[in-house]
Amino acid sequence: MSGSVLEIKNLHVSIEDKEILKGVDLTVKGGEFHAIMGPNGTGKSTLASAIMGHPKYEVTEGTITLDGEDVLEMEVDERARAGLFLAMQYPSEISGVTTSDFLRSAINAKREEGDEIPLMKFIKELDKDLDYLDIDQNMATRYLNEGFSGGEKKRNEILQLMQLKPDIAILDEIDSGLDIDALKVVSKGINKMRSDNFGCLIITHYQRLLNYITPDFVHVMMQGRVVKSGGPELAKRLEAEGYEWIKEELGIEDEETAEQNA
Amino acid sequence: MTVETKLPFNQEYIQAFSKDRNEPGWMTTLRSKALEMADSLDMPKPDKTKISNWNFTDFQHSYKEAAAIASLNELPEELKAYFAEDASMENLYIQRNQTAAYNSLSQELQDKGVIFTDIFTAMNEHSDLVEKYYMNDAVAVDQNRLTALHAALMNGGIFVYVPKNVQIEDPLQAIFWQEDTDSALLNHVLVVAEEGSSVTYVENYISHNDTEETVANLVTEVFAHDNAQVAYGAVDNFAAGTTTYVNRRGVAQRDAQINWALGQMNDGNTVSENITYLLGDNSNSEAKAVSVGRGKQTQNFTSSIRQFGKQTDAYILQRGVMKGAATTIFNAIGKIEHGGTKSNSEQESRVLMLSEKSRGDANPILLIDEDDVTAGHAASVGRVDPLQMYYLMSRGLEQEEAERLVIHGFLAPVVAQLPIESVRKQLTQVIERKVY
Repeated sequence: MSGSVLEIKNLHVSIEDKEILKGVDLTVKGGEFHAIMGPNGTGKSTLASAIMGHPKYEVTEGTITLDGEDVLEMEVDERARAGLFLAMQYPSEISGVTTSDFLRSAINAKREEGDEIPLMKFIKELDKDLDYLDIDQNMATRYLNEGFSGGEKKRNEILQLMQLKPDIAILDEIDSGLDIDALKVVSKGINKMRSDNFGCLIITHYQRLLNYITPDFVHVMMQGRVVKSGGPELAKRLEAEGYEWIKEELGIEDEETAEQNA
Repeated sequence: MTVETKLPFNQEYIQAFSKDRNEPGWMTTLRSKALEMADSLDMPKPDKTKISNWNFTDFQHSYKEAAAIASLNELPEELKAYFAEDASMENLYIQRNQTAAYNSLSQELQDKGVIFTDIFTAMNEHSDLVEKYYMNDAVAVDQNRLTALHAALMNGGIFVYVPKNVQIEDPLQAIFWQEDTDSALLNHVLVVAEEGSSVTYVENYISHNDTEETVANLVTEVFAHDNAQVAYGAVDNFAAGTTTYVNRRGVAQRDAQINWALGQMNDGNTVSENITYLLGDNSNSEAKAVSVGRGKQTQNFTSSIRQFGKQTDAYILQRGVMKGAATTIFNAIGKIEHGGTKSNSEQESRVLMLSEKSRGDANPILLIDEDDVTAGHAASVGRVDPLQMYYLMSRGLEQEEAERLVIHGFLAPVVAQLPIESVRKQLTQVIERKVY
């Protein structure tokens, strides 16, 4: 059987009454890796936050469905239990709660009452993933994200991804602030997830990450819309030539200039 | 102008009460003088909390003999929770109402001269020792009307004495169980650690009077002599009907250490003072306290460390969670006296508000009469961070569970300090019950 389908149609999103997304259409299916690229401030992270239900983002128009179910009607936790996962760009620090206690609660949140994961099984699988991601064992007993370096936070997000095994994951700039070794490890973790039952939306600024994770589809976002889609070759061209050629090709004016002309 | 309320106890009653317990003469005299003073002394004045309408003086003081306890199985479930399942029942004291219902101290500690016995037995068997420390240098009889009342009517408590250079590895545990719903508890805990000794003591107060009104007037005095170490843990869990005044003081001499970890989980109105005097050079103290306020209760916690010695080190940490229409004031007072050079005073008070109607206040106070010192403070009152909730819920945790994790995490720095695993667990359960 094949995996889940996340379908985004004509999505408009505002933050504090300023419209950031102006009609995004995108479909991510199980087994597919999608990359979203684009210059700063074009709404890539807004898209990620809106899918997960960040309290500050307001969807004003359009739909998001997961296997036909209305995601926008769900609370944040319901979205997660339905199969969505967001690796955040800036994960919160939760003082006093150890990474392992948190992970166990999160795993059990998806399971039925009375069917909680056995402690030994949990520890075994956690150890395995910690090893795989080259994470020091003591991270499990440290408070969640508290005092973590930027790289440790990103690895911890991928650790959670591997432990929670969602149907569709969104990775919001998982590569930012990583040195090359950390980037390789994080990519290794993401690649391990690849299967027909796992779809992934990778939001990134740089083509660099895509040297390690090969996307099936690449989308370019500008001014709150997906303006161009293609295969992995599109990412390579963006790396080599930047974004100007797309603007020219599609006749996109910079917003400031457009406002001046208006 | 203070309104004089006549106390419902007279000298004849006090004399007879003391005689019934076969108390030494000094104690009878102390009680009698205290009662004389009580009438004219002022009530304590906790900063920013008005207590003039609280009943601290009208209560039942009659003494009812309670049955001894032979095994843990005789205890109600909520008390059993204080023990590990394989608890040895050694180095344990259980006070049922005002009766010493169970008391054990290992032979090894007895042989070393350790005393761990109820306050009445201690007064009979070690009269001079108790007299030397009892309400002299830590809590004064005439500090206020309630300390005087305590001295006059003290009706329970324990004496812990650790001789010179004796190190006690395992914690000593005391349970003060108010089984009767109507009688007042005026409990006195006296801990003396002689030079070079160390001890960990953990106490639990518990009562069941949700509606019946009564009073708890508690005094603790801790003495840590040169180079002695005292770790003091407590979980106070009086029911809603009990109005509590609790005064815990410590006196640390040279190189001594007194560390407090207080779980202040009463459901009734409470005034708590925890004051430590760092008299000796190079002495140090950590005063950590947590509280959960709920319902309509009003609480006032003052945590203070006064530093007289040179190179002393003080750290106050208070954490409170407020829900319902509860009101709580946290006062943290670090004071470095003139002469306390090279001392350090740090404090942190944080309050987490879970409801619109609850009120919380954290007052950081540093009083410094010396130049060559370091000090720092932090205080905050706030709500649960919506971004923390978003993050936790984005992993599938329901709102309630996410909030529970945040609250436990918030209180963890104090809860983790409690020295007995089973008591830590029990405190966690009490927090759980109070928060949800």
